[in-house]
Amino acid sequence: MNKKIRIVIAKPGLDGHDRGAKYIARALKDAGYEVIYTGIRQTPESIVATAIQEDVDFVGLSLLSGAHNELFPRVVDLLNSQNAGDIVVFGGGVIPEEDLAFLKERGIEAIFRPGAPISEVISFIESKTGSTAA
Amino acid sequence: MELIKRITRGNTRAIARGISVIENNSDTKEELIDGLYPFTGKAQIIGITGSPGAGKSTIVDRIIQFERNNNKKIAVIAVDPSSPFSGGAILGDRLRMQTHATDPGVFIRSMASRGYLGGISAATSGAIKVFDAAGFDTIIIETIGVGQTEVEVIELADLIILTLVPGMGDEIQAMKAGIMEIADLFLVNKSDIDGADRLKSEIEYMLMLGPENDKAHTPQIKLVSAKNNSGTEELYNTMFKQLTLFKESGLLDKRRKERIKMEIEHIFIDKLKDILNTRLNLKENMGIWIEKVYNREIRPYNFVNKKMENLKKENLL
Repeated sequence: MNKKIRIVIAKPGLDGHDRGAKYIARALKDAGYEVIYTGIRQTPESIVATAIQEDVDFVGLSLLSGAHNELFPRVVDLLNSQNAGDIVVFGGGVIPEEDLAFLKERGIEAIFRPGAPISEVISFIESKTGSTAA
Repeated sequence: MELIKRITRGNTRAIARGISVIENNSDTKEELIDGLYPFTGKAQIIGITGSPGAGKSTIVDRIIQFERNNNKKIAVIAVDPSSPFSGGAILGDRLRMQTHATDPGVFIRSMASRGYLGGISAATSGAIKVFDAAGFDTIIIETIGVGQTEVEVIELADLIILTLVPGMGDEIQAMKAGIMEIADLFLVNKSDIDGADRLKSEIEYMLMLGPENDKAHTPQIKLVSAKNNSGTEELYNTMFKQLTLFKESGLLDKRRKERIKMEIEHIFIDKLKDILNTRLNLKENMGIWIEKVYNREIRPYNFVNKKMENLKKENLL
């Protein structure tokens, strides 16, 4: 057995600010994960199809347009409806503090806001891999 | 095995899982591949290779579109390199194909090389079998961005497309051994930039210097701008024309048998490696041997020959 953790990093919605997504993709590569990078302007449907075809353990969403309360839960719901609720969803971007509780309740397991150190993301992934490793 | 049944019915999640089983070298890998084997052999397998940034993924994106217009089911295996330092990878090929992400007739799977050399990954051949058994008409293998010698895709594909771009050197580069020798179809991409015509004539010149090929096997050269979608339809038609020629001339069968030979050899070598690892306890002993060879206390061939003799004596080999 030689299981590798696989992660989709995607940008749902219409903003084109992908520096954060690229930064996290690269950092996760350096941490030893296989990162599938989909680029900007992805629909929740295309993100979920990608996650399933790529058989990933995590989906990381980056969004700076303000539509996170719409699009993040939509990704979680689609995963659930396609029997892929075992895939862990996390998010990042400019997300106001008052939205955090709502997103958590809707199944986004962690939100990393501006200034969050990469080590926080990695320890989140490590804490979850016990339960997601096939 | 339930997974095999679900794969042959074309279930997306099962296909994805099956590939992971092979990629992770899980205990059920052999059972899965052997179980799928009777269902394979129908798909046409196309390898697309070329240097980093030559436009391979964009070309694949265009080919997917033509295949879908013809109502064919198409799978793509896109290989990117794993980091030699962290073991991680950025798999970014599918970024160019995301317009097809939600099309149920298209399945794109990214694979990291995981230390395997040759432009593909160790699991690529197994992934092809999963897609083949799942009923895909066409399977495209997009290699890592390669240099001169990563030619292993010839062990997997029925037809090899080599993507080249202008500005990579003179006709001497085109004459060299390795990657330039494996192409059935030379694709000169970025035909909108300077030097594309010259590159095309350099390849023609190089091919002309070669021995007389019979007509079925003469490599084709196509000028394409994948970005502007010019020349792509002709490329697509040429691909399938060539495949038909290969089928009629018997070359396809010859290639597929050659592939089976390679595959059997690979399996034997892997099993022998496992035997050696356990019998000689390589994990624990290697460090000691390295020290001895480093200090010139023992010589490599003499040492290995003695070890092999001991194994034979003990009937362990």
